[in-house]
Amino acid sequence: MNKVVANVQEALEGITDGMTLMLGGFGLCGIPENAIAELVKKGTKDLTCISNNAGVDDFGLGLLLQQKQIKKMISSYVGENDEFERQMLSGELDVDLIPQGSLAERCRAGGAGIPAFFTPAGFGTEVAEGKEVRVFNGKPHILEHALTADYAIVKAWKGDEYGNLIYKATAKNFNPMMAMAGKITIAEVEELVPAGELDPNEIHTPGIFVQRIFKGEQFEKRIEQRTVRQK
Amino acid sequence: MALDKNGIAKRIAQELEDGWYVNLGIGIPTLVANYIPEGISVEFQSENGILGMGPFPFEGEEDADLINAGKQTITARPGAVYFDSATSFAMIRGRHVQLTVLGAMEVAQNGDIANWKIPGKMVKGMGGAMDLVASAENIIVAMMHTNKKGESKILPACTLPLTGVGCVKKVVTDLAVLEIKDNAFHLIERAPGVSVDEIIAATAGKLIVPDVVPEMSI
Repeated sequence: MNKVVANVQEALEGITDGMTLMLGGFGLCGIPENAIAELVKKGTKDLTCISNNAGVDDFGLGLLLQQKQIKKMISSYVGENDEFERQMLSGELDVDLIPQGSLAERCRAGGAGIPAFFTPAGFGTEVAEGKEVRVFNGKPHILEHALTADYAIVKAWKGDEYGNLIYKATAKNFNPMMAMAGKITIAEVEELVPAGELDPNEIHTPGIFVQRIFKGEQFEKRIEQRTVRQK
Repeated sequence: MALDKNGIAKRIAQELEDGWYVNLGIGIPTLVANYIPEGISVEFQSENGILGMGPFPFEGEEDADLINAGKQTITARPGAVYFDSATSFAMIRGRHVQLTVLGAMEVAQNGDIANWKIPGKMVKGMGGAMDLVASAENIIVAMMHTNKKGESKILPACTLPLTGVGCVKKVVTDLAVLEIKDNAFHLIERAPGVSVDEIIAATAGKLIVPDVVPEMSI
């Protein structure tokens, strides 16, 4: 049951051109930044990336976009990234924008063995184009399919050698659902502890969903919008 | 005089009721949190995964792991809770959130809203807006009545790609409070010093004007 790998290189072994990856995070909060940096180094290309956002120009997934390693993005909001917008409007990048709640639920469904579900989100909009519509309780809903990935890469605060994970504050976001939906799930953690050290009551992602775990070498944890008030 | 953004937020804050869970969108809606009326208690939900959102942190106390859906650093109030994105949208879709306040580029007299895309020009994505408007029972749109060119954003029909259909029931702008029903905007209140004629001139959609239109008290 020991899932610990020595470093990020070992953790990303097997990721090759053309694969589909899920990457946790909301904005730059809770992103697997060590794994993303390593993907840039590896130069893996033609990737389909499922991630709520696309980073900023010089951090997070923006780094992969700069190197043109991403073929397709599946996201809900991509507003803070000029290079993304440029590649999308010029047609270099294939983009599937989907409502945030549908994205979360599609990942959850993918991990939970539910092939599809109906949601009211997006009915009557271009998101609904080509999708089955059914009325439940007098209200129209659209059929959304589950998402899975060859590899899901998530970031947690603490993890143990069995792959059990605890997230911190709003860095949780998409990480727990994506951890469930990867054929192989890689967890990048700030603190890696022996099995038995985490309180079983406090664990957010059970280790059954995680295949590899490693301690990130360094975390910049960049803040996208630093907002403060005066003392 | 027309309201500024804080004025719009102040007026919307009057709609808050004790015990409500409220989701505030990015922009003007965020300001509503600054004007909670005395004596009522509400909890703010941010869809990236927090209930009990507090004010911005003091300088030096920012935590990269604690942000709102606008990616701004925030604090958590006593009793706050963090959760994942699927749980967050279960709260929203499951109608556990009593009020949603969000911005818009256009609102139509049938309750349609557009706020996520200008084809060929601006595509930021819908984020959580489509989930919010499709499910919330109580949606207030906070927006300017006209765009920078002076063109009305209160329309007979939306021209931009829709975020949701037939979902908006109330709009608070710099000029007026409008209710949407029976395929028309109904003028409920006007901003201090703003005449009914000014509101009529700034409204492209069908507007029903009662004999007496009270001035907002803010």
